Amino acid sequence: MISPGFGLIVFFIILPFLSAIILSFTNQRLISPNPTEYVGLANYKQLLSVGVLTLDPKRNSNGAVVRDKNGALKYPRLRNFTRNNPQYPHIKGMRELFSWNVGDNQRTYILARDVVFIKAVINTLLFVLIVAPGQGGLALCLALLINQKLRGINIYRAIYFMPVVVSIVVVSLLWRFIYDYESGLLNNLLSSLTFGAFESVNWIGDTDFALGSIIVMSIWQAVGFHMVIWLSGLQTIPPSLYEAARIEGASKWQTFRYVTWPGLRNTAVLVFVVITMQAFALFTQIDVMTNGGPLDSTQSIVFQAVERGYGKQDISGGSAISVLLFVMVLCISLLQRWLTQGRS
Amino acid sequence: MAEIKLRDVHKSFGKVEVIKGVNIEIKDGEFVVIVGPSGCGKSTLLRMIAGLEDITQGTLEIDGVCMNDRQPKDRGIAMVFQTYAIFPHMTVRENVAFGLTINKIDKATRDLKVDEAARILQMENLLDRRPSELSGGQRQRVAIGRAIVRNPKVFLFDEPLSNLDASLRMDMRMEIGKLHQSLNASMIYVTHDQVEAMTLADKIVVLNDGKVMQSGSPMELYKEPANMFVASFLGAPSMNFINVEVHDINEENVTVYNPTLSPIKVPHKGRDISKKSQAILGLRPQYLRLVEPSDGILNGKVILTERLGAETIVEILLKDGKRVIAAISEDQILSNGKEIGLQFNPKQVHLFSSEDSKFLSENRK
Ligand SMILES: Nc1ncnc2c1ncn2[C@@H]1O[C@H](COP(=O)(O)OP(=O)(O)OP(=O)(O)O)[C@@H](O)[C@H]1O
Ligand SMILES: [Mg+2]
Repeated sequence: MISPGFGLIVFFIILPFLSAIILSFTNQRLISPNPTEYVGLANYKQLLSVGVLTLDPKRNSNGAVVRDKNGALKYPRLRNFTRNNPQYPHIKGMRELFSWNVGDNQRTYILARDVVFIKAVINTLLFVLIVAPGQGGLALCLALLINQKLRGINIYRAIYFMPVVVSIVVVSLLWRFIYDYESGLLNNLLSSLTFGAFESVNWIGDTDFALGSIIVMSIWQAVGFHMVIWLSGLQTIPPSLYEAARIEGASKWQTFRYVTWPGLRNTAVLVFVVITMQAFALFTQIDVMTNGGPLDSTQSIVFQAVERGYGKQDISGGSAISVLLFVMVLCISLLQRWLTQGRS
Repeated sequence: MAEIKLRDVHKSFGKVEVIKGVNIEIKDGEFVVIVGPSGCGKSTLLRMIAGLEDITQGTLEIDGVCMNDRQPKDRGIAMVFQTYAIFPHMTVRENVAFGLTINKIDKATRDLKVDEAARILQMENLLDRRPSELSGGQRQRVAIGRAIVRNPKVFLFDEPLSNLDASLRMDMRMEIGKLHQSLNASMIYVTHDQVEAMTLADKIVVLNDGKVMQSGSPMELYKEPANMFVASFLGAPSMNFINVEVHDINEENVTVYNPTLSPIKVPHKGRDISKKSQAILGLRPQYLRLVEPSDGILNGKVILTERLGAETIVEILLKDGKRVIAAISEDQILSNGKEIGLQFNPKQVHLFSSEDSKFLSENRK
C-alpha cells in the first residue's frame, strides 16, 4: 500500500535527494546547450582540494632577508607556485586561504582550490560550534528561570517564545535595521548608554563582526523554541525528587547537578540534535542580511549550494555541496547517537 | 531524645484553610500514625513538620526548640515519600549515600554507613543495582535506607506502602514495625489505611478536615471512640449506626428503642442526656451474632454474603429499610432473602448524641 503521504515524500524528498547525488557526478548546468557528461569525482575534487605550502622569505644576494618599509618579511609571490609551475602540480590553480609564520622566518600557507566553499564550511562549523552550546545553554537558563511558580510567569513565557512565531525572513529584516551602521538601533543604544563614548560599529558590514552579529541574532531568534522543549523536560521531573534533595540539604547547584540535569538527559539529546541540524542549514539570515559578504566572511554551506546552483547555474556543483552537507550532518548525528547511547 | 510538639498549628493555601488548629504531642521514641480520609490534610501536616511547607500559624517544637523557620535539613528529620523519590540515575549505594555525598562526608565513612543501613534493611545484595532493576518493595527499602543514613531524630513516612501490592504491603508493614523497635527513633507515619494504623501505632491521631478528631492508643480509639467519625473510621467493616430515641434513664442505664428495635438498656457512665431525645446507636459488625428471627433484638433479611474463609460478612436489610453489616467469625452459608435475627451484648454498644455525633457513653468534659 502506498499512501499519498508516502508518495509526497518520494516526490519531494527522496527523488530530489537521489537526483542530487547523481547530478553531483556530472557537469550538468541549469541551462546549457551542451549535453551532460559524467565527470566522476571532479566536482568533489574541485570543492575539497586543499594544499599546504611553506615558503622561505626572500633574500638578497648577500643571503640576508629582505624586509619592506614596515619591517615585515617579504615572501615570493604565491602565483609563482600555483600557476604553471611543473614542480608543484598538486597545488595548481589554488589560492590562499590563510597563512601564518613558523619557526625560522618561514611562512606556511593553507591553499584551497575553492576558497569560497572552504570558507563557507569553516563559517558554518564555527556557527554550529557557537550556536549549539550558546543557544542550548541560554534556552536552559531561561527554562530554569521560567519554571517557577510566580505570578505572571506566563507573560515571560510568551515573550520569550514570540520570536519563534515570527518568520525568520521578517526577523532578519528587522535585525538589519537594528544592526544598521548609520542609524541602527544597536549603535544608537550603545552610544547613548555610554554617553557618546561608543564608536559606531558596522555590525554586518565589517568582516570582524558580521558572522558574530548573525550568530547573536540566530541565537536570539530560536532560543524560545528550545526553552519550551527544556521546559517540557523539566516538568517530567517529579517534584518529590526535589523535595528529597531539599531534605538532604542540597544546595541549588547540587540540586541542579544531581536532580535536574540527570533528569534532562533525553531532552538534552533532542535539543542539541535539533539545534545542530538547524545551524547547519544556515541560509535565510545570510540571504537577507549579508549575501555572504563582506569579503565572504559570512558564507555558509547552504548559501553556497544555492548560490552555485541558481546564481551561477552550476547545478552539479550545488548538488555536490548538498551531498557533502548531507554526509557531514550524517556523521555528526551518528557521533551524537553513539555518544549518548554509550552513556546509558 | 526527640519530643515533638505541635501547638495550634494552622495552614492555609491562599484563602483555603487546610489545617485548622492542630495540637499533637509526640514522646521520644513513639510511633505515631496520622490517619484520615483522602484530602484531610495528612500530607500537608507531615510536610509542615518536615519543613517542605511553611506553617501559617502556630508553632512546631522538636526537643523544645522552635522549628518554624528552620530549613528541612536542620530539623533532624528524614522523610520517606509515597513515590519513593529515589534518584533513577544513581545506583542504590549512591542513592542511600546521597545525603552524605551532598555534605561531603569522606568515602570510608559513607561506605560504612551505607553498609550498616543495608544490613538493617537486608539489601546488601542490591547495592550496585539501579532503581529500574528493583521491585516496588525494594525501592521503598532504598528510600528508607536513605532516611536511616541521615540518623534522624524523627522519621516521617507519607503513605510509604500505598504503591505496593497487598502481600508486600504486609511484609513491609512488619519490617517498619521492626525497624522502629531496633532504631528506637520517633516516627510519624501518615496513612489512610486503618490496618496499618492499628498495627503499627503507639498512638493514633485521627484527622478529618484539618482537625484532630481524637488521639490515643489504638485500643483506646477502637473501644472508646470520641465521636462517630472515629468510630466509623477505625475497624473494618465499619461500625453500623442506628437512630434511636431515648426512652428512659436510670442510675446506670439508658433505655433506647426505635420502631424496629425492641427497647434495650445501654450502660451510661454518667452523661447528660434527656428523655425523649434522639441518639445514635453504634454497633460493631464483629459484635453482632446471627440468631433465629424470634430471638433477635433486630430483625431483617439477608441481602448479601461475602465468604472470606475465616470470616463471613453479611449484609442485612432491616424492616425500616436500613442496612446493617455483621461479621461472623466462621464460615456460614446463608441464602439471600432469608429472615434472620441479630443479637448483641448491650454493654458493647456505643451511644452517640445525634446533634454533634459525640460519644455519649462517657462523661462529657
Ligand atoms: N500546594 C497546594 N496548594 C493548594 N492546595 C493544596 C496544596 N497542597 C494540598 N492542598 C489541598 O490541601 C488539602 C489537603 O491535602 P493533603 O495532600 O494534605 O491531603 P491528604 O490527607 O494527604 O490526602 P491523601 O490521602 O489523598 O494523600 C487538599 O484539599 C488539597 O487540595
Ligand atoms: Mg497525602
